[in-house]
Amino acid sequence: MSKRRPYVRSMDGWWKKNPFYVEYMIHEGTALFIVAYSIVLTFGLVRLAQGEVAWNGWLEAMKSPLSIIFHLVLLVAIAYHAFTWFKLFPLTTPPVVINGKKLESGLIVRSGWTATIVATVVSFVIVWGIAA
Amino acid sequence: MKTRKRSNAPIFWGLFGAGGMMAALFGPVMVFITGIAVPLGLLLPADTMSYPKMLAFAQSFIGKGFIFVAVFLFIWHAGHRIFHSLHEVGIHGGLVAKLSTYGLAAIVTVISGVALLGIGF
Repeated sequence: MSKRRPYVRSMDGWWKKNPFYVEYMIHEGTALFIVAYSIVLTFGLVRLAQGEVAWNGWLEAMKSPLSIIFHLVLLVAIAYHAFTWFKLFPLTTPPVVINGKKLESGLIVRSGWTATIVATVVSFVIVWGIAA
Repeated sequence: MKTRKRSNAPIFWGLFGAGGMMAALFGPVMVFITGIAVPLGLLLPADTMSYPKMLAFAQSFIGKGFIFVAVFLFIWHAGHRIFHSLHEVGIHGGLVAKLSTYGLAAIVTVISGVALLGIGF
């Protein structure tokens, strides 16, 4: 064991010192909520495979106030994921050049948000159509 | 001749990107339908997720495919993102970090896949 003990600066709370980093940690943190939702759905699939009684139990559990509040939190977090996912698109995708001009970043972001709105409405109408 | 080991990073980044896109497009509406609208009986018919309807959906090719792709991509997207974000809180890779992110993703993939196969066609 070396006797040398160099000073290593602590990482505790580094991101709290700058609003930009706070936002970064929040948008990275949305992944925790996506994990949670994926696990909720997986539980549902297992209950569905186990038969009608098990499935109805899962449906009842989804009606509990705690579950509703939890899903409201999930909705906010995952909607925020959608918002930031497309907001960062001009940085995370290769530049698109049309007629020698770089595609304006604002247009890329707005197209993404529009795509989410379209996907939301279309999904809702399809589910409504299947159910009705 | 020296054989070079190809990096597996593009696979994980690919799943991250695809899952992030899937969650950005369909995540909010899925949470709203399964977690809020159906349990509270809002906007959608009361039996939208009843056993016969859900079974029929999960047995259809499109329904089964959509459910699997959503669950699978969500967990691999999030697992990859959390694995990389762990650096931000001072956890720099390692077996525990991998098991709790990619390992969890693999477990969820297997359980959801087995359940969907068990539901039948």
